[in-house]
Parts: sequence; C-alpha cells; structure tokens
Amino acid sequence: MHFELNEEQKEIKRAIREFCEKEFTPELGLEFDEKEEFPMELYRKAAKLGFTSMRIPEQYEGQGYGLLEECIVVEEMCRAEPGIGAAISLGNLMVPDILLKHGTEEQKEKYIPPLAKGDATSAAAFTEPEHGSDITRMDTTAVKQGNEWIINGSKEFITNAPIADYFIILCQTDQEIQPSHRGQSLFLAEKGMAGLEATKLHGKMGIKPCITGSLALSDLRVPENNLVGELNKGFYYTLELFNGTRITVAAQAVGMAQGAFERAFNYAKNRKQFGRPIIDFQAISFKLAEMATKIEAARLLTYRAAWLYDQGKADPAATSMAKAYASRVAMEVTDEAIQIHGGYGYLADYHVERYHRCAKITEIYEGTTEMQKLTIMNFLKKRI
Amino acid sequence: MDILVCVKHVPETAEADIKIDSTGKTIEKAGLVFDINEWDDYAVEEAVRIKEKLGGTVTVITVGSEDANSTLRKCLARGADKAIRLSDPKFEGSDSYAIAKILHKAIKDLPFDLIFTGAQAGDDGYAMVGPILAQLLGIPHATMVKKIELKNGVARVNRELEGGLEEIVEVKLPAVLTIQTGINEPRYVSIMGIRKAMKKEIKVLGMTELGLSENEVGEAGSWIKIEKLYVPPVEKQAEFLDGTPEEIAAKIAEILKARGLV
Ligand SMILES: Cc1cc2nc3c(=O)[nH]c(=O)nc-3n(C[C@H](O)[C@H](O)[C@H](O)COP(=O)(O)OP(=O)(O)OC[C@H]3O[C@@H](n4cnc5c(N)ncnc54)[C@H](O)[C@@H]3O)c2cc1C
Repeated sequence: MHFELNEEQKEIKRAIREFCEKEFTPELGLEFDEKEEFPMELYRKAAKLGFTSMRIPEQYEGQGYGLLEECIVVEEMCRAEPGIGAAISLGNLMVPDILLKHGTEEQKEKYIPPLAKGDATSAAAFTEPEHGSDITRMDTTAVKQGNEWIINGSKEFITNAPIADYFIILCQTDQEIQPSHRGQSLFLAEKGMAGLEATKLHGKMGIKPCITGSLALSDLRVPENNLVGELNKGFYYTLELFNGTRITVAAQAVGMAQGAFERAFNYAKNRKQFGRPIIDFQAISFKLAEMATKIEAARLLTYRAAWLYDQGKADPAATSMAKAYASRVAMEVTDEAIQIHGGYGYLADYHVERYHRCAKITEIYEGTTEMQKLTIMNFLKKRI
Repeated sequence: MDILVCVKHVPETAEADIKIDSTGKTIEKAGLVFDINEWDDYAVEEAVRIKEKLGGTVTVITVGSEDANSTLRKCLARGADKAIRLSDPKFEGSDSYAIAKILHKAIKDLPFDLIFTGAQAGDDGYAMVGPILAQLLGIPHATMVKKIELKNGVARVNRELEGGLEEIVEVKLPAVLTIQTGINEPRYVSIMGIRKAMKKEIKVLGMTELGLSENEVGEAGSWIKIEKLYVPPVEKQAEFLDGTPEEIAAKIAEILKARGLV
C-alpha cells in the first residue's frame, strides 16, 4: 500500500496548479461561460507545456506518462475553472487514445503529433439522436464502395464537433449480424470533407466553453485506410476506450468538487453573521468536514482506478465506481458550496454556481451514472 | 557564460496563518507549503535566458535538507543544467553569514562568470547572502538588479533605488548580482521540463566534504542570534486628523517634521 504521489507526480501537480492559477482565472471562466466559446488560445498554451498530452508516448510528441498523471492534470484544471477545465482536459483525449491502441503506424504519425502539440483538435462521435446509453446499434452506416467507405447518418452531442480537425466515427458496417454490436466499426474523417457537417449546440447547463455539436453525415466518403483497427470491432474498441476515459471524467468531478470546496471554505472563514465567522457555526463546519471527506474518498477511488489501469489491470468495476461516486460527490459538494455562500452563491460573479452547473455533466457523459451502476453489478456478479 | 544561482526553499507565507512555535524563536512549519523563494525564481529565469542567448551553463545551489530537492527540481525543469544541495544537520540555525560561508566553500572552486541570488528571501528578508558571498569571494556585486546587459566582461545593470528611482552601474565579471522581482516573467514549468529534471542527479555535499568545521556553521558560526520572535503588539489606535484639507495638510507636515521625516 502506498498512498502518496511520488516526487515526479508531485512536480506535475505543482506545475499544472501554478499554470492554472495564473491562466484559468474565474473571470476568464465567466467570460467563456457567457460566450460559449472554446478557449483555443489557452488550449494551445497548455498543449505547448505538455499538459494535454500526458498519456501520449514521447515518440508522438506526447509526455509518456500514465492515466494517473493525466488525472492529476485534469483534476487541477477543473479545480481552477470547471468550464475551461472541462473544455481543455477531455475532448481531445479520445482520438489519440483509440489510435494508439488500434491505429496503423501511418494513422498514428499523421494524426497524433498535431493533437499532442495542440495544433489540432479532435472529436469522437458515438452518440446518435436515437442511441445514447445504448450504442449496441448505430443508425449511422458505412458501406464499402470500391476502395472507399460511404458514411450516412447523424451524431448528436459530440464534444468538439464544430471545431475539430479530426473525427473518429462509430458506424454500423454490418446491418444483418446479431447481436448488432458485432457489426460496428470506427472510421477516421477530417474537417472539410464533403458530406461532413457540424452544427454547434447552444444553451447547455454548464461546461459552456466545451463546445458540443451534432454531425450530419451524408455520403461522406473516406478512404479505405481510414478504417481504425479491424472491421466490426468498433463497439469493443469503444468500451475499451471508456474504461480509461471514464476515470478522467471522475478526475474532472474530483477537481470541480475540490475547487468549489476551497471557495466555500474560504468564504466561510471570512463571512461573519451573528458576530462571528460562519465557519464557527457547527452546521457550516460539519458540512465542510463532510465535503472534504467525500472528496478524499472520490479522489482515492479515482486514483486507484487509474493506477489499476496503468498497471495493465484495468478494472471496469473500479472505473465505474470512481466515475459514479466522484460525479455524485461533485454534485453534492458544489451544491453545498453554493449553500455556504448563501445569496452570493447564487450569483455568477461569485464563481461557485458555475461549478455546480458544470459538475452535472460528469454524471451524464461517457456513460450515465445508471450505466456505471449496471457495469459495477455486471462485474460484481461475475466475481462473487 | 557559466552562471551559478543560489536558491532557497521557503514557506509560502503570503496567505498562510503564521504561528510562532514553542521555542519562541521560529515559526511553526507544519502545514506550510514550501516553494522556491520568489526572488530566486526571477534569478533562475534570468540566468536561463542568458544561457539561451549566449550559451554556457546554469547551476543552481541551495543550502537545505532533502525537502529542498523540489525547489532544485523546479529550477532544473525550467532549464538549469545542474543542481547542488549543501546539506548537513550542523547547518541548522545558520544566519546569512554562515550560509554565505557554506556557499562560498562550494562555489570557490567552480567555474563561473556570474553568480545570482535573489535580492532577499521571503521568509527572513535579510537580503545579505549575496553581498557577503561576494565579499568572501573577493569579487564585486550589485544588489536589487532589475536589468542586465552583458558586454566585454562587464555587466551593465540597473539597480532599483527607493522611490521608484533606478541607477545604472557597471560591474566587472565575475560578479554577484542580487536579482529583484519583475526583472523578467518567469516561465511556467512544462511537463517536458519535469521529464528532463527527473533524469538529472542532484549532487549533495555535507559539512566535511566542503571542508567546514562545526564552529563555522549553524548557530556557532553565526553573528546573528535570534532572541525572540513575536507578533508586534497593536500599540495605539490610528490617529485621525480633523479640519479642512488645508488644516489637515499643515498638521501632517508638522508631524513629519517633528519626526525628522522631511
Ligand atoms: C455536453 C455533452 C458532451 C458529450 N460528448 C459526447 C462525445 O464527445 N461523444 C459522444 O459520442 N457522446 C457524447 N455525449 C453523449 C453522452 O455520452 C450521452 O448523452 C449519454 O451517454 C446518455 O445518452 P442519452 O443522452 O441518449 O440518454 P439516454 O440513453 O436516453 O438515457 C436517458 C436516461 O435513461 C437512463 N437509462 C438508459 N438506459 C438505462 C438502463 N438500461 N438502465 C437504467 N437506466 C437507463 C439513463 O441513465 C438516463 O438517466 C455528450 C453529451 C453531453 C451532454
């Protein structure tokens, strides 16, 4: 048992914390929340310092660390600013992740370095209007014609879709096969290809600097060698991907909870009512004690899941426990943080309601909490 | 251009609750976050910038326990080439003079063109190590440096004076410069930098390896003895002056004159 970050991980934590404290300011967070715009300049700046390519090997211009180090970085980004943090920490992780595991050398060399360096952005499109939690059947189809695949269909809720240079799209490639998930494949596409159109979605509850959009795919032709990995393995690759990235979402949740907690803690020390700081009221201090305890528990679940993943012992139950628990804790803690701020917590200028609005997404994307619980039970049933 | 930078691992005190410990001579360190002294941060950045322009090496040196490794790593991650830590239980309690003696022993046989220190340290604020070190080495120094131009073995530097004034002086190299904040904007630590820094060795030297004896270091080798540390008591309420602006101005002038301030 070892419950401490090593020296190198501590250095990483300090470096990202210093960067975020100076760059991911609450004022900027508020501005981008209102603008619903991706903080491209900041993304590039973070990328140049290596903060967005933690898990990409050095050979492809990344940093060559594991998921645990990535979680440390993601957590700090979301602690400093939940919206900008969410936008910069997650959207670009999926395409390189899939390519590293299943891409050809040519695909890796072409697509991963620009993403690692922050010169490009990417999107991974699974969800469809009719298929969210259940992606065992896709309405989007890819049909082979000569040495091309022709893709038709639509995707919904795709992070980065309107700003992405590269896309990975999950398609049904065998419509007859039963069960249908055995007939799905992943394809690479690029911005500007005829038949690929992205539309920006407005009016999200939170993570507004993280751009979400839909994709309309009509006779999108991609070359044969844009198939990722083997034909009809797309569903399995997707679940395998989520095994890791869900832990990153848990880290986002931990970071958001931590950031809101610190705001509430400082506010409680300074806000006086009835002649003393409100932190001296047990009702408030017990709240803070419980918040801190829950965050710590969520963090340990998250780090453990990440550690297992890095040891080559990825455990879907551990992953889902981390995501389900951390995201719930994020909701509870950010809610209490507003409560501790009283009326001021309800104002955008106090920067705490944004944490609550942003935290909600961690219970939804990359598999809802209900789906995490299904996964936990599936694996527990097998084990016990 | 080979540059040595003396750095110190200090507690961040700006926002922390500071308490005096039971000895009454120092502060409680538990719970405080330690990091590189703010002034040293600028000194390291300046050294790395000069190296990037003119070539050479940057070596960072600290007197401190193993905890100080994180400060040295940070310097390595930002572009320093080598790190040396001078460490011995006997160094505990050293004042600026004793620290300068320890540094001097380590530095005197190293090749260097310039030595930087921070203008002062954020914890004790003595601002003495740089000048004493220069004296021990028998080389010139300039303090509170806000700008450096190097030409033909001479450093032309801007020194910050009171009241926003600056003076320009020329110092022959090798020299010690104590660096003021704001001389540059220290870069962020990058992940690439951390990767490099973790691969580098931190050289550790103790008292005997430096050729020092017990009575030269620690409290025995110091000139300053701390008798007592205390929070200044609040002595008097602020004095409020009444009257028209002209009357108040006259009263202020009188007070300043009476105290010999103008
Ligand atoms: C901001 C944002 C960004 C996103 N980014 C991406 C992206 O980059 N790429 C991508 O592919 N997708 C993305 N998504 C989509 C996201 O993954 C889905 O919204 C999510 O998986 C849920 O699918 P759904 O919205 O269709 O809800 P549904 O699947 O319709 O679920 C509705 C409710 O029913 C519950 N439910 C469904 N099935 C079961 C069951 N078997 N048992 C119990 N409860 C069940 C769900 O938990 C949920 O509470 C994003 C979504 C958002 C909001």
